[in-house]
Amino acid sequence: MKKSVILGALTVAGLAAGAAAAGTLDDVKARGKLNCGVTTGLVGFAAPDANGNWDGFDVGVCRAVAAAVLGDPTAVEFVPTTGKTRFTALASGEIDMLARNTTWTFSRDVDLKFEFVGVNYYDGQGFMVPKELGVSSAKELDGATVCIQTGTTTELNLADFFRANNISYEPVPIETNAEAQQQYLAGACDVFTTDASGLAATRATFENPGEHAVLPEIISKEPLGPLVRHGDNEWGDVVRWTLNALIASEELGITSANLEEMAKGTNNPEINRMMGTEGSLGEMLGLDADWAKRAIAAGGNYGELFAKNIGEETPVGLARGLNAQWTNGGLLYSPPFR
Amino acid sequence: MSDQSTNSVAFVAEGTIPPSPPPARETGAVKWLRENLFSNIPNSILTIVSLYVIFLVLKNTMPWMLNGVWTTSSLAQCREVLNGETGACFSVLTERWNQLLYGFKYPVDEYWRPNLALLFMIVAAAPVLFFDLPRKLLIFTAIYPFLAYWLIWGGTIFVPLIALLGFVVAGMVFQTFSKGSFAIGFFGAVIAAFVVWLGGGALIPESASENAFLSSVPSRDLGGFMLNLMLGATCVSLSLPIGIVLALGRQSDMPLIKWVCVIFIEFVRGVPLITLLFVASVMLSYFFPPESTVDLFLRVVIMITMFASAYIAEVIRGGLAALPKGQYEAADSIGLAYPQAMRLIILPQALKISIPGIVNVAVGLFKDTTLVSVISMFDLVGMIRGPILASTEWNGVYWELLGFAALLFFIVCYGISQYSQWLERRLATDHR
Repeated sequence: MKKSVILGALTVAGLAAGAAAAGTLDDVKARGKLNCGVTTGLVGFAAPDANGNWDGFDVGVCRAVAAAVLGDPTAVEFVPTTGKTRFTALASGEIDMLARNTTWTFSRDVDLKFEFVGVNYYDGQGFMVPKELGVSSAKELDGATVCIQTGTTTELNLADFFRANNISYEPVPIETNAEAQQQYLAGACDVFTTDASGLAATRATFENPGEHAVLPEIISKEPLGPLVRHGDNEWGDVVRWTLNALIASEELGITSANLEEMAKGTNNPEINRMMGTEGSLGEMLGLDADWAKRAIAAGGNYGELFAKNIGEETPVGLARGLNAQWTNGGLLYSPPFR
Repeated sequence: MSDQSTNSVAFVAEGTIPPSPPPARETGAVKWLRENLFSNIPNSILTIVSLYVIFLVLKNTMPWMLNGVWTTSSLAQCREVLNGETGACFSVLTERWNQLLYGFKYPVDEYWRPNLALLFMIVAAAPVLFFDLPRKLLIFTAIYPFLAYWLIWGGTIFVPLIALLGFVVAGMVFQTFSKGSFAIGFFGAVIAAFVVWLGGGALIPESASENAFLSSVPSRDLGGFMLNLMLGATCVSLSLPIGIVLALGRQSDMPLIKWVCVIFIEFVRGVPLITLLFVASVMLSYFFPPESTVDLFLRVVIMITMFASAYIAEVIRGGLAALPKGQYEAADSIGLAYPQAMRLIILPQALKISIPGIVNVAVGLFKDTTLVSVISMFDLVGMIRGPILASTEWNGVYWELLGFAALLFFIVCYGISQYSQWLERRLATDHR
């Protein structure tokens, strides 16, 4: 068993060495910094604070990868991208990975030649309307004006939804989320639509949140996740399993508080494999044995990241919902560390 | 004798009559009001309506301004303090002023560097703008771009020094050889400059930037109003000479030069600036390998300069076309060569005519620098739209932030406009 793993690793290493271009992993290590694409600013997901330090849920993923690969969660160069520049930034190699609440779709994965490494937030598109409009379902929105961010999947979903229900709408195209909020509050549109997480975050900043209602319809699946370029599977694996380590560590009960204790060795072999006290998972990834431990130490496990940045205690105030562990009725399900 | 005259004449003035004050309606504020605001019925109606509009605007904005909160640390606290009353939340300005002015990544300890660069810019621009000042100050103006580069970006001082040296050597080569032939001088200068830059660049050790006197700041960390000012100043000062060359080229008799200029001007003017910016930020990174891309700031400067110089070229062409043909013929008739005629007779007049147009382009260009926010550069507007409005504390503050941005831009643009009016008066030689 062990022999075949080593042989397999050797084969992979040989293939990697045979490839003409150096892998992204080597580039990142040589550079000593991870170039991580994030949004130019979305409450709770990524925004720089008053001192210019980036903080947020997506930022947490970048920091975890940097910690796993480079051993330093601050060794990240955050490259802010807009909805229009994000894919070219990744495709052209300006950034190593993109963690910018980007929806995993068929055409982005296949046609744009990206590799979505997992899902860090299960979202869906919703509608927010002023209560005084007296609308209780999205199907009553015939003829409404809708504020919508351009260049996003929400724009396409909206068109699909209204066509499927045979009702009409008038789009008000908008560049950024902040602008959309202001337009909506100023009454430039009857309805504001974006991902439900964004709606909640937006509503939380209103002066009178009670005057606005989020309609019950969720019209799309929006699995948001980090992505990398096609064709560099070693690097894709590093990002994928760093994300999985964050998710699995919550399931296994590893937190930033008991991390040191867990790393000393436990009765649970999966924890031991993850912490690097058993097996050689880190080596297979091209990292050292402590990689997952460092990734978790960067900002805590998935649950801690969630609670700190977008959870119910924060102004964004999102419930776990679909983003609970599979053991709690959610969709988070990390493949086993074996 | 004296008795007689006092008795026989009814009245004799004993002295001069003291001057009486003018009638109330012909003096002071009343006169001004009557002449300027209430001179006839339609004017009076307009005055009253205007006063009412001003009153309405003030009535709605003054409580908001005066009641403003300056000391809280988030919008939610602002709302708590105001407790339902109208009032601005200026705390966002007091807390994030440094991000608005310098961007969120410029090191806080190094703010003195862009400040100093701005101060030097005023000194360097003074002899260019006000030509009564001693001409020797122009030496500082020539050094300034390199000094400013060193101050703002930091790193090793050898980079700007070698860049400066390249220009100096090129100038010397041109001086020496251009007497024989302009072409030899020109191309010789270009080659000499590149030799110096490449040779000097190879001599700078790789690690020179690491422990330099000023720590190095990458372009990506620039931001805020500083970025707008830098882009505006660089692009305006570069596009003016390029625009003059293009305008002259377009009038040239040599078909090759003429058509190159025409195609450049018409192409660049026919494309929106935002398209050029997208090309700079997105397309060019496909053409270069990831490790050797040209700096984003430089790419943007090139694109905006191209855009502005095409416009300035057309403005100056207007000035050239407005000159009477006699001026050209006069220059020819006294035997001046083309460069002399242009330098001594044509351009001084044409540029004077073009001043309002050039200022118009400069003001427009300066405001257009905010477009870089769409290619994820954090200029003043980019900072507002992105990081500040996306922070949990300040999400939802719009009027205060955008009003502040408007104020900063107004100050600069109004300054440019006032300067241009002064310049026009100063250069006015005709008799009106």
